[in-house]
Amino acid sequence: MKLSDRFMKARQKYGILLVLILLFIIASLLNSNFLSVRNLSNISKQVSITTILAFGETILIISGMLDLSNGAVLALAGLLSVSVFKMTGSLLLAFLVAIIVAVICNIINGLMVTKFKTPPFIATLAMMAMARGAALLYTNGQNIYQIGDYTVFGQGSIFGIPTPIIFLIVIGLFTWYILKHTRLGRSLYAIGGNEEAAVASGVNINKNKMKAYIINGVFVGIAGVIFMSRVNAGLPNGGQGFEFEALTSSIIGGTSFSGGIGTAGGTVIGAFIVGTLNNIMNLSAVNSYLQQIIRGAIIALAVIYDTYSKNMKVKSEKGEVEVDENSNS
Amino acid sequence: MAKDIKLRIENINKSFPGVKALDDINFSVKKGSVHVLCGENGAGKSTLMKIINGIYNQDSGNIYVDNELVDINSPVEAQKHGISMIFQELNFVPEMTVEENFVAGRWPTNKLGKVDWKESREIAKKLLEEEELHYSLDTKLKNLSISDIQLLEITKAVSYDSDIIIMDEPTSAISEKEIEVLFEKINSLRERGKSIIYISHKMDEIFQIADQITVLRDGKVVATENAENLTEDKVVSLMVGRELSKTFPKEDVEIGKKIFEVNNLNRKGVLKDINFDVHRGEIVGFAGLVGAGRTEVMRALFGLDRFDTGEIKIRGTKAEITNTSDSINNGLVMLSEDRRRYGIVPVRSVKENITISKLEEFIYGGRLHSKEEREVVTNMSDKLNIKTPSIETNVSSLSGGNQQKVILAKWLVNNPDVLLLDEPTRGIDVGAKYEIYKLMVDLAKDGKGIVMVSSELPELIGMCDRIYVMSEGTITGELSRDEFSQEAIMKYAIGSN
Repeated sequence: MKLSDRFMKARQKYGILLVLILLFIIASLLNSNFLSVRNLSNISKQVSITTILAFGETILIISGMLDLSNGAVLALAGLLSVSVFKMTGSLLLAFLVAIIVAVICNIINGLMVTKFKTPPFIATLAMMAMARGAALLYTNGQNIYQIGDYTVFGQGSIFGIPTPIIFLIVIGLFTWYILKHTRLGRSLYAIGGNEEAAVASGVNINKNKMKAYIINGVFVGIAGVIFMSRVNAGLPNGGQGFEFEALTSSIIGGTSFSGGIGTAGGTVIGAFIVGTLNNIMNLSAVNSYLQQIIRGAIIALAVIYDTYSKNMKVKSEKGEVEVDENSNS
Repeated sequence: MAKDIKLRIENINKSFPGVKALDDINFSVKKGSVHVLCGENGAGKSTLMKIINGIYNQDSGNIYVDNELVDINSPVEAQKHGISMIFQELNFVPEMTVEENFVAGRWPTNKLGKVDWKESREIAKKLLEEEELHYSLDTKLKNLSISDIQLLEITKAVSYDSDIIIMDEPTSAISEKEIEVLFEKINSLRERGKSIIYISHKMDEIFQIADQITVLRDGKVVATENAENLTEDKVVSLMVGRELSKTFPKEDVEIGKKIFEVNNLNRKGVLKDINFDVHRGEIVGFAGLVGAGRTEVMRALFGLDRFDTGEIKIRGTKAEITNTSDSINNGLVMLSEDRRRYGIVPVRSVKENITISKLEEFIYGGRLHSKEEREVVTNMSDKLNIKTPSIETNVSSLSGGNQQKVILAKWLVNNPDVLLLDEPTRGIDVGAKYEIYKLMVDLAKDGKGIVMVSSELPELIGMCDRIYVMSEGTITGELSRDEFSQEAIMKYAIGSN
């Protein structure tokens, strides 16, 4: 490989990491508290939930799908989990209920997409409304308080490491492993990259898409448990706008909305970029309405960048421009 | 400078990051002539044409139209200088009508900006009459064939008063008969004093229409000659830079047992009573006009399309095929005519594309064994001579021929018994074609059964042991090697039962 190619690869591989480092430098100059252990640990805890959702989102976007229902399903799963805990006092049971509920919702998503050929955008938008409605119906819009030991999932720690961060690491490694080292991962990349070619190569499209949604369901369920535990309550209205944060993180992390491209590592970095930006804006007391505008602008820019590099690729496909895209996962 | 020079290209250079695409290009096109530009993929033909058409800017060098220096920065500016380009992959809106297509982008409008449909109809009607085309103005483009649309595009180019018309491999997707119509059109354009730059790989057609031929290799002009001073062999060797011993490396291979048999394959309205067989070591051709149903047969057999009735036997036993994994597991694979759509996953690496259909081979306890995978891919890549910087390179950055080899490699990893190859050499350069022919012969020697669908008769005649001819969804003829001739094939291809 030529040196210039290597440089291109390195830039593509680490470019997004450089952005994060740059953000860290700017942030520490803006606010001396930024680099404190306390603040950094705080950022990690804050981003843990959206990062876990973003891992699911990455797996889905890679295979040409997406999930808009994860915020609402997170609320439904977390709420039922809290409720079961209050009834039985069993942490294990509560944990399993959250996962089962979220997986069921995502199996429905998957069925809509695979069996009934609904576009994932519409299918999960419908699920978003249904899951939110179900959560509100269950408690008649009321919050559940006094959740006792349930807080261990989101506020506890093991060997001094906060539990949300442990979940984040485990799920991140799991995502990396699935994408990089399994048949499922390869199949998902192929499906998202060119579904018709994947069919013609003997890849079972529906089975793999279903698996992607089920994995996403597990992640959403766990995120639901952490969320309710962190806010000390069962909130049927919780998790609103999380689908947006998760999508933003995934795309800023280099996942291509056209499918076939994306990594677990990139997703973590993307999520931390989003989290750090939020943190900086909060520490600098930026007006919260303005923050919303900035967040919207960021995702628009990320998608524009993605489309731009995609166009470069189309040209390279025709042999006009030599672009060596980073293909490592 | 001679007066009859319409377009002159002088010392054009163009570099892309990492490659010098064009190196000091010089040539000129005469008025009322067809100038063929040929060269392997990657030789720089498309880049050069895109510079002339204003899609790219040259790094240095000049373009003269009618001996006047011109500066072209976009296709619209190119049009102002009388240059139009008909692209290899036609871009059109399927829902547009013939009329709308003609006036798109230059709608006659009234003062308020409302489109004057009455006038636009007049314009379109006049154009069709002038060019002697007989389409209804209200026909939607999606209901026309590729060759019809090509003729419309050419008509459109003429209507823009273009004196220079660039055609990029216009025959790659149309049938022999349609090619004749196209050539008549080109001849009439030439008589009217238009200059045509015609890009092609196909030797027989190049010599049918060329007045001058310019051969490009590795971004340089290696020859510009009058067509009568060149021969096919000479052009091919100029293109590849070496003499090819034979165009078709066909060898006599011992024909073995029957390995693949299709009985009474039917699909209502598409396929009727398809019966054929393939033996070990045999290359069986499928000829026919575009739309005769050859691709449909292959797709049905491979499990991509359903069929109503029919029996498929592989190695003498009946095979139930309902989807592609059934056929792959039965040792039956298909290379699609549409490489981009059904062949490659462009954004993924050569490695991933090659192993996608056989991943279970590399999995131990749920984990991909990447070292073994790399070994297999590297071996396959060496065997098929895939030219790629690394096996981690994205398939999209390879040339067409190498992409085709990647797809073949994917199937060879499965070690199939029967290979259905639908237009295996379409759109790839001469050197890669030869390598694919060679590979087919090697596979036949290994006792595999090969089906080759092709619209290029010389290729079928040169490579096959037997040829079936299809017309209107059914097999109308079967020819053995000693009966092969273009005339015999065409007779069956046109006349249906």
